[in-house]
Amino acid sequence: MIEVIKPGLFTTIQDLGRWGYQSYGVGIAGALDPFALSAANLLVGNPEGAAGLEITIQGPALKFHRETALAISGADLNPRLDGQSIPNWTCVLAPSASTLSFKARKGGVRAYLAVSGGIDVPPVMESRSTYLLGKFGGFAGRAIKAQDLLPVGDPPANYLKGVGRSFPEGFLPPYRKNPTVRVVLGPFDEFFCSEGIRAFLSTPYTITAQSDRMGYRLQGVPITRQKKEELITCGLANGTIQVPPNGQPILLLVDRQTIAGYPVIATLIHADLPLVAQSAPGDELRFSAVSPDEGREAYIRLWSNLTKYKQSAFSLR
Amino acid sequence: MEGAPRIRPAGDRALLMEFGTEINPEINLRVQEFSRMTHAHKIPGIGEMIPSYCSILVYYDPFLLSFAETSAWAGQFLSSEPLLNQISAPVKEVPVLYGGEYGPDLSFVARHNQTSEEEVIRLHTGQDYLVYVVGFSPGFAAMGIVPPEIQAPRLSSPRTKVPAGSVGIGGLQTGIYAVESPGGWQLIGRTPLKLFDLQKNPPSFFQAGDYARFYPIDEKEYRRIQESG
Repeated sequence: MIEVIKPGLFTTIQDLGRWGYQSYGVGIAGALDPFALSAANLLVGNPEGAAGLEITIQGPALKFHRETALAISGADLNPRLDGQSIPNWTCVLAPSASTLSFKARKGGVRAYLAVSGGIDVPPVMESRSTYLLGKFGGFAGRAIKAQDLLPVGDPPANYLKGVGRSFPEGFLPPYRKNPTVRVVLGPFDEFFCSEGIRAFLSTPYTITAQSDRMGYRLQGVPITRQKKEELITCGLANGTIQVPPNGQPILLLVDRQTIAGYPVIATLIHADLPLVAQSAPGDELRFSAVSPDEGREAYIRLWSNLTKYKQSAFSLR
Repeated sequence: MEGAPRIRPAGDRALLMEFGTEINPEINLRVQEFSRMTHAHKIPGIGEMIPSYCSILVYYDPFLLSFAETSAWAGQFLSSEPLLNQISAPVKEVPVLYGGEYGPDLSFVARHNQTSEEEVIRLHTGQDYLVYVVGFSPGFAAMGIVPPEIQAPRLSSPRTKVPAGSVGIGGLQTGIYAVESPGGWQLIGRTPLKLFDLQKNPPSFFQAGDYARFYPIDEKEYRRIQESG
């Protein structure tokens, strides 16, 4: 059991998402930076899709009711265990009755806490992810609050073996401030004129304050259209970039609605989702176009790092 | 049908198949056909799909399939003969308490069309509707096509909270809000049926391709159905 002393700014239970129900209007939810959550899980001996906490900008204070192996990944929110600074991307042993807290944010936006055994709330439609729009999943379908008691699963038999181990830096996505992220143009880029597409691919777009897990509203050179027809509502992939009539793009993320009707100029590749998840309002994004095959190779390369880590961790045991 | 059917990438893990560019039952039935056929065959590497009015988004596993392979597979379907009406889809009956606090916009829809509330109800319940798409919010079923005599524009400013079960008209479509959510359709009534239920699989009462038939009920019947759950 984990006791919530302070909830932090916005902390939710997430796994890798509720896949398979979008045709019923149910969004995927899940970790906005799925790589970071997966890596933290592997560090504590969990399957990579176990549920953990997604911690946004300002961390919670959490008390562990029993000895727990934990790992924090993603944003550096300056984590402390009983007041002592602990490193990110590293498996740390939290003794029974110890308290995890966070000081000021150093970089990134979303940190992930994985605990050995995983957060063990009941799955809804095969996922423990918090789905705010539907008010289900996670802890009562909402962000955690003070005094919540979060159930933790039984730790894997070997959970102590990983303590002290770190995730290799060379395996991480290239997290950086104001990143250039890769997109595949379409499916409706023909709605835009060539100057509009040129602006989209050559000028920076600032992440505005109206940005959350549903999507980031971006501000920059307006993207102009050549086709004025209305688009008929269609299904949305994760990372869809739609452009409403004002020309300012919206990058749709895990809590997006399943279908919508603004033309989609491009779709972010999955390998670069972590870079977006760790970018804050006020940061800039630049977009570069790649082919679906280049996106696929980037995805396979990044996610294979998790497999490589699993193999190396296994050989050390 | 300009530019359709066509297949376009939607990022590195999904593609969008467009069967047409209008809201039309024949095109939508083609979407349903593709969706059902793919579910039935369980093709390795093909993930979940989001069918909509005239297109379907198909996820694939990049570890198993490339865009070219997935679109070649999907393209085979595009050249097959439509089955059209050979698919039998269920007609699901929906009791609706029209007007009053349950349907605050019924009088607007009547006024807008220079007719009576009774006539709006009579026309709304007078035909079966094809469920074109389930989405926007959990279990929301959008169907059509509404008779021209009772069509009505969306609200200029959407309501922030529409109660679960609300039946609305938005342009040439009608639909039901399965869960409480924001919404901009004209609300003409409410059903006591629970249209989104976490305990059920699938959780949604309606699936794309179903048909809906509305029938009017009074407040007593509304309570009775609601209590029998």
